[in-house]
Amino acid sequence: MASTSSTGAAVPPRPTRPRRAVWGERGIELLIYASGVSAIVFILAILFFIFREAAPVLFSDRFSLTQFLFSTEWYPTSVSNVRYGTLALSAGTLAVTVLAMILAVPFGVGGAVFLSQFCGPRLRETLKIIIELLAAIPSVVWGFIGLTVMSRLIVTYTGAPVGVNVLNGGIILALMSVPIIVSIGEDALKAVPDSYVEAALALGVTRWQLVFRVLLPAARHGLLAAVLLGVGRAIGETMAVLMATGHAVQIPHGILDSVRTLTANIAAELGEAPAGSEHYQVLFLTGVLLFAITMLVNLAADLIIRGARARK
Amino acid sequence: MSPPPVTPVSARFTRTPLVVRKERQQAAVRLVLLAMAVLMVLPLLAIISHLIIQAWPALSWEFLVDVPRRGMTEGGIWPALVGTVYLVVISLAVSAPIGVLAAIYLNEYARDNWFTRAINLAVISLAGVPSIVHALFGLGAFVYAARFGYSILAASLTLAIMTLPVIIASTREALAAVPAAFREACWNVGATRWQTIRAIVLPNSISGILTGVILQVSRAAGETAPILFTGAVFFKAVQRGDLFPYRLTDQCMALSMHLYTVSTQVPNVREAIPWATAVVLLGAVLAVNAAAIALRVWLRNRKRW
Repeated sequence: MASTSSTGAAVPPRPTRPRRAVWGERGIELLIYASGVSAIVFILAILFFIFREAAPVLFSDRFSLTQFLFSTEWYPTSVSNVRYGTLALSAGTLAVTVLAMILAVPFGVGGAVFLSQFCGPRLRETLKIIIELLAAIPSVVWGFIGLTVMSRLIVTYTGAPVGVNVLNGGIILALMSVPIIVSIGEDALKAVPDSYVEAALALGVTRWQLVFRVLLPAARHGLLAAVLLGVGRAIGETMAVLMATGHAVQIPHGILDSVRTLTANIAAELGEAPAGSEHYQVLFLTGVLLFAITMLVNLAADLIIRGARARK
Repeated sequence: MSPPPVTPVSARFTRTPLVVRKERQQAAVRLVLLAMAVLMVLPLLAIISHLIIQAWPALSWEFLVDVPRRGMTEGGIWPALVGTVYLVVISLAVSAPIGVLAAIYLNEYARDNWFTRAINLAVISLAGVPSIVHALFGLGAFVYAARFGYSILAASLTLAIMTLPVIIASTREALAAVPAAFREACWNVGATRWQTIRAIVLPNSISGILTGVILQVSRAAGETAPILFTGAVFFKAVQRGDLFPYRLTDQCMALSMHLYTVSTQVPNVREAIPWATAVVLLGAVLAVNAAAIALRVWLRNRKRW
């Protein structure tokens, strides 16, 4: 302590950096701040611009929100009897999504369990790469596969008159959502504390008992989040369902009925709706509805993941 | 001298009926799960092989560099191929810098407060926005409000916003993988925050950042819905083999859009053409992905800390 007190010694001038470097750094940091905020700006911009196009019809007298949400009558281009009811479209989205999840959840969770518990490191790496590639296949290619391969298989094996229907869309969406469920589910299983696993193993459990009694209960929140993210992807998917589910605006009565989803409806009709027309505005309103639904699902998934993390 | 006799493990422990049952159960479960895993892998292999078999008659160099002929029922895909390259390059030229800088902000500058949480929330929400809603946004914001019209510019910007959140997330992961001790050492010799980022953090994470950006190349190339109403068209007359046929304000063709068009909108297409288009699109996307994965594996093996 005493040795460092150099009273009276001249303090050397603090080294300074060239002014240009200082200003350059400030400029770059400003850019970094601006980019950091960009995500907020863009999400608000998306909301603003789709809502701006949809607002005129939403606040017009001739439009009823109840009818928009709960009527099955969708006759946007009718001359005398124009109706904008999206219930049949929502039902289409719901049917395809539910079927996709029924198929994808067992495979996704099973795959995640297999990857994390039942296979060696080399097989795991190989499978993870294949699953990543599966996730990379563009949705329009999936749609094309649904339209050609899958629809022919469905007609052959079920005797349905058309092969583009709920079943087709559900299988395609399941194949598209499985990679997400597997990779996020595997993360959730990996996040289970080692002490849980070690305690179970010390009691002499088999792998299966370990999975069923320890890992799955401990990771249930993470797995639920994985499923929700899969749901979010299935609801928002456009091109695959546009090509694979047929174009019938109706409430499906079985998995062999053709349907049209909310997303596919926008993609199919926006091109024909003149900009600024009522039809065009209603399609944007459907976009607002979709935005709200997927936002809720994704935020729920995020809350669950965060909650699970906070508990540890 | 011979080594002492080794008792086999199986003889040292008696296998009680309980153990036998547990082992059987274990084997059965493993088999079921293996079957599930195989069922997940099979589609990829089946799809690729089926596509290639169906596309074989049309696949050739001519198919890549020729223009569509006779109302798109014959010929090649050159304008779509170049259009996709335009869209991908321009969209990533916009989203990669913004995304990387945003990730730097979130990982290096942001404190843990409500504002940062709001940004995180925005990134997550942005990643969850359906592609068709991006298309609506692009139409409302870039085509009409910004008066870009239906153009490559509007379509690319729409794609850029769609890829942005994923680039932010992957870049953040790469930045977070740089040990905190590296930064602290650098701060301790008197470097400023930005100097530390430029001299220490970025060089040690650039490869991870690049991997994330490369993965978005394939995503941007494959997306159809966002460009459907913002700048991609069914057909655009282009010189065969012309490398720079479009201007920023032009509409363009794109591979993904072309696949949608020839498989659903155009009657009497030569049968192999949609298949061949799908193979080219899928091949490009998977090749880019495989490259990114290979880069990642190579880097992981080379990592020194």
